[in-house]
Amino acid sequence: MFQIFKFNGGVKPPSHKTQSVTEPIGVAPLPSRLVVPLHQSIGGTPRPVVKTGDRVLKGQLIGEADGWISAAVHAPTSGTVRDVGMYLQPHPSGLTAASVVIEPDGKDEWIERVPVDYRKLSLPEVQKALQQAGIVGLGGAAFPAHGKLVAPAQNPIDTLVINGGECEPFITCDDMLMRERAEGVVRGTAIYRDLLQARQVLIGIEDNKPEAVAAMREAVARLGEDFQVVAVPAIYPAGSAKQLIRMLTGKEVPSGKLPTTIGIQCYNVATAYATWRAIEFGEPLISRLLTITGNVERPRNWEVLVGTPIDELLALAGPKADTDGVIMGGPMMGFAVPDAQVSIIKASNCLIARSPGLFPPNLPEMPCIRCGECARACPADLQPYEMYWFARAKNFGKAQEYHVFDCIECGCCSFVCPSHIPLVQYFRFAKSEIWARERDKQAADTAKNRYEFKLEREEREKAEKAEKLAKAAAAQAAKKAAEQAAAEQAGAAADVAPSTATTPPADDPEAAKKAAIAAAMERAAAQRAAAQPQNTDALTPAQQQEIDQIEARRAQAGIAEDTAASEKNQP
Amino acid sequence: MIQSSPYVRKEASVTRVMSEVCLALLPGIAVYTWLIGPAILLQIAIATAAALAGEAVMLKIRGKPLGLFLSDGSAVVTAWLIALTFPPLAPWWLIAGGTLFAIVVAKHLYGGLGQNPFNPAMIAFAACIVSFPALMSQWPSQDLHLAFGEQFRIVFGFTPALDGLTAATPLDALKTALKQGEGSASVATILANSQTFGHFAGRGWEWLTLAYLVGGLWLWQRRIITWHVPLGFIGAIVLLSGGLWLYDAKQFASPLFHLFSGGVMLGAFFIATDPVSGSTTPRGKIIFGAGCGLIAYIIRVFGGYPDGVAFAVLLLNICAPLISLLTQPPIYGAKDGK
Repeated sequence: MFQIFKFNGGVKPPSHKTQSVTEPIGVAPLPSRLVVPLHQSIGGTPRPVVKTGDRVLKGQLIGEADGWISAAVHAPTSGTVRDVGMYLQPHPSGLTAASVVIEPDGKDEWIERVPVDYRKLSLPEVQKALQQAGIVGLGGAAFPAHGKLVAPAQNPIDTLVINGGECEPFITCDDMLMRERAEGVVRGTAIYRDLLQARQVLIGIEDNKPEAVAAMREAVARLGEDFQVVAVPAIYPAGSAKQLIRMLTGKEVPSGKLPTTIGIQCYNVATAYATWRAIEFGEPLISRLLTITGNVERPRNWEVLVGTPIDELLALAGPKADTDGVIMGGPMMGFAVPDAQVSIIKASNCLIARSPGLFPPNLPEMPCIRCGECARACPADLQPYEMYWFARAKNFGKAQEYHVFDCIECGCCSFVCPSHIPLVQYFRFAKSEIWARERDKQAADTAKNRYEFKLEREEREKAEKAEKLAKAAAAQAAKKAAEQAAAEQAGAAADVAPSTATTPPADDPEAAKKAAIAAAMERAAAQRAAAQPQNTDALTPAQQQEIDQIEARRAQAGIAEDTAASEKNQP
Repeated sequence: MIQSSPYVRKEASVTRVMSEVCLALLPGIAVYTWLIGPAILLQIAIATAAALAGEAVMLKIRGKPLGLFLSDGSAVVTAWLIALTFPPLAPWWLIAGGTLFAIVVAKHLYGGLGQNPFNPAMIAFAACIVSFPALMSQWPSQDLHLAFGEQFRIVFGFTPALDGLTAATPLDALKTALKQGEGSASVATILANSQTFGHFAGRGWEWLTLAYLVGGLWLWQRRIITWHVPLGFIGAIVLLSGGLWLYDAKQFASPLFHLFSGGVMLGAFFIATDPVSGSTTPRGKIIFGAGCGLIAYIIRVFGGYPDGVAFAVLLLNICAPLISLLTQPPIYGAKDGK
């Protein structure tokens, strides 16, 4: 019997999953146009490699990765590029971002697809292939999948956890994926097992999906794998990686660290499936499964192309008359889309049509009575009421001391709060404020460093100039002295009066003075050089390390930037 | 304004929490009425009216929405606790004044709901017992069976309350008898007096405290309170009284007597569990409860007041922020103290 551990906290919201699993996965018809955002994963924004008017084929690269943590973006179908420009994003911020607009030609004509024989390639080569196939985490975070592949030699992985938790209410796309395409998920899992050389593979699925558990077990057995398919208790957020890891292994990912530090790596079932399609068939990630549910006539899961505008998809499901908005994602962590024109991205897993009946408006916020319900519900074992207190007072340092950055923003605290306080929103606010301040501070530091460097350079140049002058003066003096000596020798030879021979040359005191000045300047320059660091050529290893750390932090802040910036725009 | 996630919420509200606390007090109120008569209901009504009036005025002055906050039930809980801890035949102005002091000073002047550092009901009790010690210790005799009309007249001052109508509380009676006996009296012989003492604690009162226990256990079962504070409170009383009882049963009453006498049950389940003024971490709650039990026992056995729950709770209220700070539980991913 497999031992299942518990995580503290968690809540049990009504699941609303049954209505969208009655129909098999449907294939959404080609939309009238596709708006494919270039930035679809954590990390950089891919560079567009097509221009208006270009004809593109299905699967053709349209945006190439601009860095290591970045993943390529492809044309979801064949057609013509109508625009490369800024379009509204499926993001709570309501901001625009660079997107490629494609008008499908209806032929759905593929580029040449080249399977990847990952067994014959080195790990970096496989990583490159996955990056070029645009594979990102499909569980919601959209972290480029190749970036999570650690080299087994440096970081041995004991356990590969495949996440089929899908704990958010309403969402059933992973459920249906496992029911209908279990084999692909298992084959994709095997690829990651091979690449990471994991000792064991645990596939965690919430026990409210018995059909998915059965289908996965059957596929694992049929393919002769030794993966364990574990049905875990359905308690939100069991599908959060950290909580699932705790349930399956009893281990906790150390605060602020990656699961790989304890020999665990985690991928979502849909990511495993997409990886298999990319490796086995050379298909880049251009479509995904999407649950369309909520206040609609025909809730169902659809295979949709990335870039499909959501209004065309909602039409498939038939929204009811009182629909007053759309939530992308689940009701616990999702967000209201700013406009039904925005399109599906790789990270989208669910569209829920809203209605006042389904999601009643928030009740008025009352003061916190410190009842501690939030702390009991928190799966990260935080004290939300304390963090709330400090976030509200904008005492962000204190909020950080109470581990606001360990908050996974699952929303359990807001869910249970009897005072109807939007707790998690306060924590998003606190995080984005702290990030913003860090960025400001770094910008100020950079400016300060630049200014100091400039001062130092000017100083150095001045010193060098003075030194050169002094040297020239000294050389001249020496030359004169030599000439004088030669003249004296000549004079002596000519038997000049001894008095003139002993008399120092008329310009000698001047030369001595100059030499003294030059020497003093040289000493001063040497002192300055000793007192102040020279430029970056001669750094100690410690200094270099410090600079590297600063660079790393800056890069991290850069990653966080989009989230932070957008969250600030939320109420 | 776009609402942010989560879009679903559990059905929970402050009003619901407070209503359940009031519901849990009903068994106790029923027993109290059976014991003393409808005077206690009158006192509850007076306290509730005073609390809501004080709350309304303060909300108005502070510019807060009246309907929202008046219906939260917190003032009602405070009022009921005051009525249940004051002598049931105390004059109306004492209850009303005490309640107003609790609501205006102890609650709203500190910032209102959720902001008060001290338990308002206990502030009222402490303020009144210090200011009106005689009135606050006039507990009606068990054998007094007054009609409601008579009780009404006493409470509203139409009939002067006679000294002959009152009796010492069981805790007081025991303390006084032990003192007067000067070592010759034993607890067992004192408790044999069936006029004052019953089966395991004070005559009549023991059923009241038992009813509080029942209500408290229901609150725990309803997840309105956790087990930490009551267990700490009761645990401390049991350990202390048990230890001294084993040491000298002639001088010290048994844990059973102490648990079901005075304000221990009401204090452990209904007063020390107030989340606003108490500790909030699991370990902190145990320490908080144990501290309350410890001080309450010391005051009632060695101190000058008949019982010490109110002062114990207030003293621990002062310590609550520090206790919470020092007992922060480890977060996910930092369990090994790393």
